[in-house]
Amino acid sequence: MNAATFGVARRKWLPHAIAVVSLLILLYPLVWLLATSLKPADEVVTSLDLWPSHLEWSNYTTALEGVSGVSITRLFGNTLLIAGGAVIGNVLSCSLAAYAFARLRFRMRKVMFAFMVATLMLPHHVVLIPQYIIFNRLGLVDTYWPLILPKFLATEAFFVFLIVQFMRGLPRELEESARIDGCGPFRTYWSITLPLSRPALITTAIFTFLWAWNDFLTQMIYLFAPEKFTVTLALRSFVDQSSTSAYGPMFAMSVISVLPIVLFFFVFQRYLVQGMATSGLKG
Amino acid sequence: MSTLSTSAPARAPRGTVTEGRRRVREKQWPAYVFLSPWMLGAGVLTLLPMAVSLYLSFTDYNLFDPPQWVGLRNYAEMLAGDPRYWRSVGTTMLYVVVAVPLKLALALGAAMLLKNLSSRGRGFYRSAFYAPSLLGASMSIALVWRALFNDGGSVPDVLGSIGIDTGGWVGNPNLAVFAVVLLAVWQFGAPMVIFLAGLQQISPDLYEAASLDGAGAWRKFVSVTVPMLSPVVFFNLVLEIIQSFQVFTPAFAISGGKGGPADSTMFYTLYLYERGFTASHMGYAAAMAWLLLIAIGVVTVILFRTSRSWVFYADEEGR
Repeated sequence: MNAATFGVARRKWLPHAIAVVSLLILLYPLVWLLATSLKPADEVVTSLDLWPSHLEWSNYTTALEGVSGVSITRLFGNTLLIAGGAVIGNVLSCSLAAYAFARLRFRMRKVMFAFMVATLMLPHHVVLIPQYIIFNRLGLVDTYWPLILPKFLATEAFFVFLIVQFMRGLPRELEESARIDGCGPFRTYWSITLPLSRPALITTAIFTFLWAWNDFLTQMIYLFAPEKFTVTLALRSFVDQSSTSAYGPMFAMSVISVLPIVLFFFVFQRYLVQGMATSGLKG
Repeated sequence: MSTLSTSAPARAPRGTVTEGRRRVREKQWPAYVFLSPWMLGAGVLTLLPMAVSLYLSFTDYNLFDPPQWVGLRNYAEMLAGDPRYWRSVGTTMLYVVVAVPLKLALALGAAMLLKNLSSRGRGFYRSAFYAPSLLGASMSIALVWRALFNDGGSVPDVLGSIGIDTGGWVGNPNLAVFAVVLLAVWQFGAPMVIFLAGLQQISPDLYEAASLDGAGAWRKFVSVTVPMLSPVVFFNLVLEIIQSFQVFTPAFAISGGKGGPADSTMFYTLYLYERGFTASHMGYAAAMAWLLLIAIGVVTVILFRTSRSWVFYADEEGR
């Protein structure tokens, strides 16, 4: 083998080798999570092996009982309710606002659009305390309203922006001909633009679900009663205890809590990756 | 290709003045119907809270008694009389300055690596490398991280076996923050996906022309890849910096909810939460939030200003 062909061969396998090694390092925490969730209590600290000597399924039975008397089905149901409400709210309200910004003419459009874009950079903490005061005055603390209602008011500018960018890229001809056929703006939005915007709406739905599922700060501030707890808040109660004795059940619960994310990843990875890529490139 | 475009879409052409005016009047109200949820949210849940939070920052407020006007006292205390505040600023700055460049460098490196793979391999690794970005924000992974970097966890073990004895990171005031940094770096997949899309938009003709001129791999990277990719680098940089300032969940979990040990993981947002919601100093927390807003605003403006000298927009050439 001369130097030139060796170079070509090396160029072929080297990127693959680096990619495989990187992948193994990246996936290690996830493998560790799965392994630890199945370890018997005495092996967590003493055994240096990654994999348990026998699979301790009782960790999962303990985890399924939930935390402070609230079953995991209840925790899952609560989290699903919040995430589902957030998805419906964001898809509806953000696509309505986006249609107006992308397609309609109205006074102050430039000002409002600029304001919407500026709120992309607004740290959540600036509005966190007054929002809490407002919901507290309304008697809505310790209910799900503070977590769901804002989504119906298009407060997540990121998604409005994403859908505006997508709608701008759609051909106007279909909407024009719909208008000539007598469609008003509402009919046009509902029957023409919305179906065409499906990829952007799916991206919005997936990311809204994942963010709501992973959310911690807002849930911690607004929810107090254990029976209203979410999966994340149930896991939070493990934060204070640093002893390794609870590792098995704690990580069994962690595995259960990331299952929906993993499932979403496998089902929707095309939309996730593409939504991510276009958010940065379309102008 | 222009990123972060802020201009509203161009106006549609009008008819004659009188006709146009009539049509505008007919067409204005549906737009406001479409916008009404957003306008309500922007008014009641964004603008009003911003104003309230600015007002509260000049008061003493504990949520139960009416706010007491104290003028600039919160700001003065923060800037001159609160070492924990400065500790939180230092920790957050250290985090931003270390985590963002590391994460972006890794993201760019991975994107360039994947670009050289066959399209099948590229699709697989792109998804696989992206997965941590979805999981990384969860409480579960934060707990995993705490265990991995704790005394007797895998990371100190592996480092110890190659002769680097660090002990547990989580209990070490000098190292705890770097566990949080590495959790951010682990999520390099999100910017990587954006970099990869940007790389794939660079015309192969440019590389070919550079080859004909005798450019090697490094020269092509510096003279073709870097300038053509600079808008995407800029977009990622702005996005990551803004997000990094607001990191919360991993800091909370790794520090046991208290910013420890010795306040070494007391991130800005964690301290803000502690002041506002644990200690009920809502006015102080509001002042902290406004300084965060100002800091993010200043950094963003500086980035946009300096971007004129290093970000290259191909479609604006010769302007």
